[in-house]
Amino acid sequence: MNKYTPVIGLETHVELKTSSKMFCGCAANYFGKQPNSQTCPVCLGLPGALPVPNKKAIDWCIKISLSLNCKINMFSKFDRKNYFYPDLSKGYQISQYDLPFGHNGHITLSNGNRIRIRRVHMEEDTGKLIHDGEISLIDFNRSGVPLVEIVTEPDFHDAKDVKEYLQKLRQAVRYLDVADADMEKGDMRLEPNISLRDKQQETSNILPNYKVEVKNINSFKFVEKAVNYEIKRQTEILDKNEVPPQETRGWDEIQQKTFSQRSKEDAMDYRYFPEPDIPPITFTDTQIAELKSQIPELPDAKRKRFEAEYKLTEYDAEILTREKNLADYFENTVKVGQDYKINPKQIANTIINKKPNIENILPATLVKIIVKAGQTDAMDEKKLQKVVKEVLTQNTKAVEEYLGGKENALMFLLGQAMKKLGKVDASQVKQLLVKMIK
Amino acid sequence: MINFTITNALKKLKNKEISSVELTKAYLARIKKLEPKINAFVTVTENEAIEEARKADKKRAAGSDSPLLGIPLSIKDNFSTKGIRTTASSRVLDDYIPPFDATVVKKLKNAGAVILGKTNMDAWAHGSSTETSDYGSTKNPWDTDYLPGGSSGGGAASVASDETIAAIGSETAGSIRQPASWCGVVGLKPTYGRVSRYGVVAMGSSLDSPGPITKSVTDAAILLQVLAGSDPYDATTSPLPIPDYLKNINKNIRGLKIGISDDYFDGVDNEVKEKVEDAIQVLEKLGAKTKNIKLIHPKYSIAVYTIIQRAEVSSNLARFDGIRYGNDRSYFGDEAKRRIMLGTYTLSAGYYDAYYNKAMKVRTAIINDFNKAFNNVDVIIGPTSPTTALKVGASKDQSMFGELQDMLVEPSSLAGLSGVNVPVGFSKAGLPIGMDIIGPQLGEEIILNTAYKYEQETNWNKIKPKL
Repeated sequence: MNKYTPVIGLETHVELKTSSKMFCGCAANYFGKQPNSQTCPVCLGLPGALPVPNKKAIDWCIKISLSLNCKINMFSKFDRKNYFYPDLSKGYQISQYDLPFGHNGHITLSNGNRIRIRRVHMEEDTGKLIHDGEISLIDFNRSGVPLVEIVTEPDFHDAKDVKEYLQKLRQAVRYLDVADADMEKGDMRLEPNISLRDKQQETSNILPNYKVEVKNINSFKFVEKAVNYEIKRQTEILDKNEVPPQETRGWDEIQQKTFSQRSKEDAMDYRYFPEPDIPPITFTDTQIAELKSQIPELPDAKRKRFEAEYKLTEYDAEILTREKNLADYFENTVKVGQDYKINPKQIANTIINKKPNIENILPATLVKIIVKAGQTDAMDEKKLQKVVKEVLTQNTKAVEEYLGGKENALMFLLGQAMKKLGKVDASQVKQLLVKMIK
Repeated sequence: MINFTITNALKKLKNKEISSVELTKAYLARIKKLEPKINAFVTVTENEAIEEARKADKKRAAGSDSPLLGIPLSIKDNFSTKGIRTTASSRVLDDYIPPFDATVVKKLKNAGAVILGKTNMDAWAHGSSTETSDYGSTKNPWDTDYLPGGSSGGGAASVASDETIAAIGSETAGSIRQPASWCGVVGLKPTYGRVSRYGVVAMGSSLDSPGPITKSVTDAAILLQVLAGSDPYDATTSPLPIPDYLKNINKNIRGLKIGISDDYFDGVDNEVKEKVEDAIQVLEKLGAKTKNIKLIHPKYSIAVYTIIQRAEVSSNLARFDGIRYGNDRSYFGDEAKRRIMLGTYTLSAGYYDAYYNKAMKVRTAIINDFNKAFNNVDVIIGPTSPTTALKVGASKDQSMFGELQDMLVEPSSLAGLSGVNVPVGFSKAGLPIGMDIIGPQLGEEIILNTAYKYEQETNWNKIKPKL
């Protein structure tokens, strides 16, 4: 019996897919590009260069905030976060400190748990260091790419919820069409912070007196593993009546464990102050309403509507709404299907089971395929009955065995039938066998 | 002896009395002759200048008449110049050659100007003496035992010594007006955001204002016309339209309301005080009315300015880490190191509220104070500097030297106001004295008008140093 409740919060960085960078006109899509080919005085941080904010990125950050049920700071600003690192061209990162664009939102998980979002803010990405033996190289193509950071309250209590939250967050930004959120390309970077609370203090709502952050994880699976590893590691320390040190750790995928990177003593003082190169930003109600109106129906709402409108199961609706493209494809097909009296359930089944390539097969084409398959099915029904009847009369012994309670006998009969029928739906044959035996 | 203003040089160029190549060569020759004495330049771009002058002559022959076509100018060494070394007078950037032009430089080039070279300054613009330059101090053309002021000391000295027709400087608080005052030339600090900062090595980002240093008020207006305007590369530039700065420059100033604050004459040298008071009387004779006003005492601006500017400096200089370009941090001079330390300290956790945040609040109070004053007066006049030029070596071991020298211009800089230094005479020792005409934000027209009317009555700018 576990004595502790994990207390977990999450910081997530999502790279936006704007065509230009956050503060200059350079192309933002750096993936696979010749190093330092997409740079200018601004993102290189040359003396005298100044940042000019990308309006689209700010709009998108607001949209993300709104889709996460956040309040918007109608008066906001950028701040400088001062620290040294060779990949940081200016010696500071332009970020947001006390007035993030979005704050106080939430995401509700399937089990009903509500994860509160503390803040959603806009910042810029850094360059990339490439270490090659004795030499370290810097590629500034990524420097200045727009980054949105989403910070939760410490509302998670297990790794499973963390994973679902991340899936939902990724789904949301993809629905908004503001980020690819491609983990392999580093579009999304995850930083869980984990501590354990003694269950006897459960009601006190006081946070544990330490916190362990795991930095820069780039896969949902690794987050899950890192969280579970930390729960185990911290439990062992607490069981010895010790307190785990407050620190920043990394995840080592090869050794399957976290490792210490920086202790509390080395904690950074970022010396935030308002970015003097960018005037404060004031939003009007009309501007926010306009952005809100541009937000498409989001996954949760769409799933519920699919269940109600198309009489789909929760399971089917969930699969169909995972990606906006697929959901749109389904609805388009339903529209065409109405003329052929094909019900949405049939279309849902076809899409889920046959997994048609929705890029190549038009909804109308899919409808034709379903119609045709329906005719084939009707024709086959007679043939099927004939074959099953044959199999049953030719294998009376097996039939008896089955009726005597031997499940395996049914599988034998199914095999016989399948031999004669070739490539057909086995479950349909099985159903018919059972029906005809009785 | 060459002695041109932009106005009369343009006239001669238009009338084909002189070519830009001749003009440029004459200034290059004078630079060669005087530099051992004055040291106003960090870099003289002789070949590029002659090449540009040749192009300008060709363009003029082809019928072009852009506003500065063929006019030789000097530019402070903190403006990025494509292909030309830009050091900000610090050895950290000893070999830094920018791959781009500052917006100001681009505008000057588009207007046809010829760049003679990059002028000396206090390293990183930290100071009011030009003594903190890593390339040697600039000397005051009126007496080379004296300082030219700073940080745009090289620019002001180059204008006063006729090494150039005009100079481009930058002011954070006093860096145009104070050296203009000490060198007896016109120095215009435009409203913050009126002239783009893009490409100017940042000092105090919320304060930096590029502007002209000239021999006449008209020249300052001509240059401002070229430099002013919103810049897509500088988010802090004003989108408001640019007036025609020459249109109303000669307007009658009868009824002009001049605000005078006694506090701005507090502790000022008697000679300076007298000359500025004389100048105000000249304006009164032209029909202006003076009015005593009460402003927040300028001494409070020293603390506010010091905190805000050091904080911004500490962040702005962080990029000079010696990793990608330039020399490493050991090349920073004492003044830069002091500012980095102080700024880092005031922004640190636990101190931010006590220092930076409080300074920002007082800054807002100062802005409101000026706004209130400008409800009742059109301009505010006071001395630009409490003293005339100080002797070479005066800034040594004086970590607050600049702040004390610039006390009278710091409040208006903090408020982002426009201001212009106009020469108002000389001390008994023969050193120039200047007055500061301060206008509201985007009040360039009214201060240029006031300065012009005064200049027409007095002609101090016709007196030249003996070199």
